[in-house]
Amino acid sequence: MSQNSEVVVHQEHVHEAHAHVGEHVHRDDMGSKMGMWLFLFTEVLLFGGMFILYASYRFIYSDAYKVAAAELDTYIGTINTIILLASSCAVVLGIVALQRKNKGLCLGFLWFTQACGAAFMVNKYFEWTHKIHLGIYPKGPALADMSEGEVVFFGLYYVMTGLHGLHIIVGMIFIGTIMVMIQKNKITHDNYQKLENAGLYWHLVDVIWIFLFPLFYLIH
Amino acid sequence: MDIDTHKAEEHEAHAHGYGIYVLVFFGLLALTAVTVSVAGINLGSLTLTVALVIATIKTCLVANYFMHVKFDTPIFKVFIAVCIVIFATMIGLTFFDLIFRTP
Repeated sequence: MSQNSEVVVHQEHVHEAHAHVGEHVHRDDMGSKMGMWLFLFTEVLLFGGMFILYASYRFIYSDAYKVAAAELDTYIGTINTIILLASSCAVVLGIVALQRKNKGLCLGFLWFTQACGAAFMVNKYFEWTHKIHLGIYPKGPALADMSEGEVVFFGLYYVMTGLHGLHIIVGMIFIGTIMVMIQKNKITHDNYQKLENAGLYWHLVDVIWIFLFPLFYLIH
Repeated sequence: MDIDTHKAEEHEAHAHGYGIYVLVFFGLLALTAVTVSVAGINLGSLTLTVALVIATIKTCLVANYFMHVKFDTPIFKVFIAVCIVIFATMIGLTFFDLIFRTP
């Protein structure tokens, strides 16, 4: 009997110890970061497949690509490039601010990133609606008069910049969630791996745009 | 205690000022300006190469500084190298098919 109760007490101790471990030490920043990178590689290969498609058709229809690309607005493309570069810089500055325990400044930088993401999408909206207005969209009237290569170019343009735009929206939701967690002190100066992961995602989306921009907007 | 000091060291190794990132940002802006202005010049078949080289330099800057690869453990460089090799293989095999295929 007394032996039994001793066992029970002992078990309780073990439970307590477990709870303690779970609360404070169970954190694997390195594993978290590796997981994020592995996910980013699946994204690279997703867009990579499309870049291969783009390259293959460019090889076949190089002249038609030049004609079609003249239709794109280099000015909007350049503005959007600058916006994304600034937003990426703001995320990484936000991490520095949080490391220095400056929560307010960190949130300020992340708000700037959100504003940049929104501005990017607004530009994209005007760009796309202008194209659609001109009849350039899948099965649109303007495409009927175009060569096969031009139709392929605009198809790739809509799919690739569209998927990229979708990633901007996902990135904004990701960063927004992180901002709420920072506000609630769930992400702090010594526990900010989640913020870094959101940053990694945002930078990857930036890198994809770094390639999309010259390949679509700067063909002459 | 030991763990704490180790952690603090790690953080210090990781912590950089705002300056370096702002500098990288201006570098990226300059490269964007170069790529846009070079696109206006007719370089013939070199145009694509120049655009891709500049985009690759920009990507290296973003990965090394913004994504902290430069300051991280080398395992991430291995990760990235593996990913690039797989992607390059895909491109290579596709173009082998494309170039030698009779239309």
